[in-house]
Amino acid sequence: MARLTLQEKLALLSDAAKYDASCASSGTSKRHSADGKGLGSTEGSGICHAYAPDGRCISLLKILMTNFCIYDCAYCINRVSSNVARARFSVEEVVHLTTEFYRRNYIEGLFLSSGIIRSPDDTMADMVRIARELREVHHFRGYIHLKTIPDAAPELIEQAGLLADRLSMNIELPTDAGLKAYAPEKDADGIRQAMGDVRARKEELKTPTYRGRKAPKFAPAGQSTQLIVGADGASDRTILQSSTRLYGDYRLKRVYYSAFSPIPDSTAKLPLIKPPMVREHRLYQADWLMRFYGFDANEIAPDQGNGMLDLEVDPKLAWALANRHVFPVDVNRAGKDMLLRVPGFGTKSVGRILSARRSGALGWTDLRRLGAQVRKAQPFIVARDWRPGALTDAENLRARFAPPPEQLQLI
Amino acid sequence: MQVVTLPRLGTFDAWRDRARGLARAGVCDTAVTWQMEGDAVSLFGDTAPVSEPPLRDITVPKAFPALAKQLCASRAPGAFDLAYRLLVRLNDRPGLLSNRADPDVDRAEKIAKHIRRDMHKMKAFVRFREVTPQGANRRQFISWFEPDHRIEELIAPFFSRRFGDMDWIIVTPEVSTRFDGGTVSFEAVKTERMELSDETEELWRTYYANIFNPARLKVKAMQSEMPKKYWKNLPEAALIPGLIADAEARVHEMRKAAPTLPPLRAAKVLNRQNKDDN
Ligand code: SF4
Repeated sequence: MARLTLQEKLALLSDAAKYDASCASSGTSKRHSADGKGLGSTEGSGICHAYAPDGRCISLLKILMTNFCIYDCAYCINRVSSNVARARFSVEEVVHLTTEFYRRNYIEGLFLSSGIIRSPDDTMADMVRIARELREVHHFRGYIHLKTIPDAAPELIEQAGLLADRLSMNIELPTDAGLKAYAPEKDADGIRQAMGDVRARKEELKTPTYRGRKAPKFAPAGQSTQLIVGADGASDRTILQSSTRLYGDYRLKRVYYSAFSPIPDSTAKLPLIKPPMVREHRLYQADWLMRFYGFDANEIAPDQGNGMLDLEVDPKLAWALANRHVFPVDVNRAGKDMLLRVPGFGTKSVGRILSARRSGALGWTDLRRLGAQVRKAQPFIVARDWRPGALTDAENLRARFAPPPEQLQLI
Repeated sequence: MQVVTLPRLGTFDAWRDRARGLARAGVCDTAVTWQMEGDAVSLFGDTAPVSEPPLRDITVPKAFPALAKQLCASRAPGAFDLAYRLLVRLNDRPGLLSNRADPDVDRAEKIAKHIRRDMHKMKAFVRFREVTPQGANRRQFISWFEPDHRIEELIAPFFSRRFGDMDWIIVTPEVSTRFDGGTVSFEAVKTERMELSDETEELWRTYYANIFNPARLKVKAMQSEMPKKYWKNLPEAALIPGLIADAEARVHEMRKAAPTLPPLRAAKVLNRQNKDDN
């Protein structure tokens, strides 16, 4: 095999990394290099330094250390049975790309994952070396996300957690059966075990020692995972329930949803039908409602029906349409929980409503000024100068919001 | 009518000093106009008396100085006047700022939001090019950027915290910010746009082209976050039209390529693992 140039490797190994949805660089501890001795800073919220034409934020250098892999996960372009061209970065190459990109203000840091070469331990050890080199030799204080390999030895994961801001392990398939069918070498219990270990280690280090010494930070930006949507038969309800467990039991920071996307050189094992992109979008909205609006999975994707989210209207509106008996809500009286459930009110506008109404009863224009989407909220609220009357219970309310049925096409 | 003229650098500090004096003297907001030096809004120069006898104490809520600082960086017409009007109004209504339904507060928050967005975009889209001369002991970088507002002094601490071990200059049409051996300095000087480039840009473009998934084209989403006005400074932006144009053909290729047979190597590797497991 001819030796690949750095640029050729970068092309292959970034192409292989794009199926990971996460590019977040937020929520880690604050660091800086104003002392002149290092490079980089982190400031709470991450920065998108570019946007690709697929609308995704580019915040990190997201690459694979190598796309050689001894596993055979059906949905993955790097599986051993794929014919994709292979490459492998050296430690120095990854360090060079990360620091040189960073110096030019292209990125917030590195998101490194890898196919599994030789063994999970060998692979994890190489990834840890890269992170260590960045931190200890180059005094790199930017963001590092390592995709850990669940089967790797706990000591390696421990070291990874001390060097990185975030650790992640992708579950990929929302059900154990799906995992068995499509990622035969992966072990659902093993992944859960490893996530549990990370959570435990993080909490352990949070409590100061009895001498009051501060423990080193362990993955301060937390851990995350990704679920592929539409590769196995899991319903949205099943997916959201498993996210609830992930947020609850393992204290994950984020669950990412990735609509199964046709990959080059796909295997015959997978369904070739692509799930609609809007499904992924609705899942993110639902996830958001669970994390910031006090909804739970069973309310958003109820038992009745097929357990799928409404693709035409967003999940909050869908819930409001199905629960009209609790509306209209009086914006000048209602508590925060209820205001958060009004379609068209975001967490920000609810905060502003709560503080502005202390200076006097709010009317229609006030709400607009406070950033609420009043047209959407209209049927669900009462304000100083507005009552929805029969609108709340109108038969055709859903039709006002749902897009008109697609026009028939002549053939 | 009194006129106060503010300097291009140190704008907020100058505004604060003058505003404090005027407010103490009880000067009503309709009796003062504020302008930036060089912007000949008023034909009269600075006419407001500089020091007024301290007639009353001025106190402001904690959130006000930060808001006023953002207003003072804005090019929006009347932003300085608005800052002063709020200062005067706060005297009778200390809780004013929490009422977003008040038109002055609303306007101020909107302006502040633009400033924050402008700063955010500058943090995101500044691109450094290396210009280290032979034998220098710190690496040197330069960047050209055109912010919408006068945010150079507000943004400098961010770049100093981030790029501590290198020297850099950020040049905007009106101000050059220099970070040299750990200290920041500003110079108000008019500069024309500079064409800059650097070898590493080729690698960055390679990355940009490959991290993009042609199966998920969303041009509108990309453009709303990365408006075209920034493109001329972004080494990667030149690729965008081509990537968009080819996307459909690439997806079509992928679909057409039927599932392939695994390479021979695969069976061997998988076999070995199964043996290990047993
Ligand atoms: S282990 Fe990871 S890289 Fe390897 S085939 Fe499975 S998903 Fe792909």
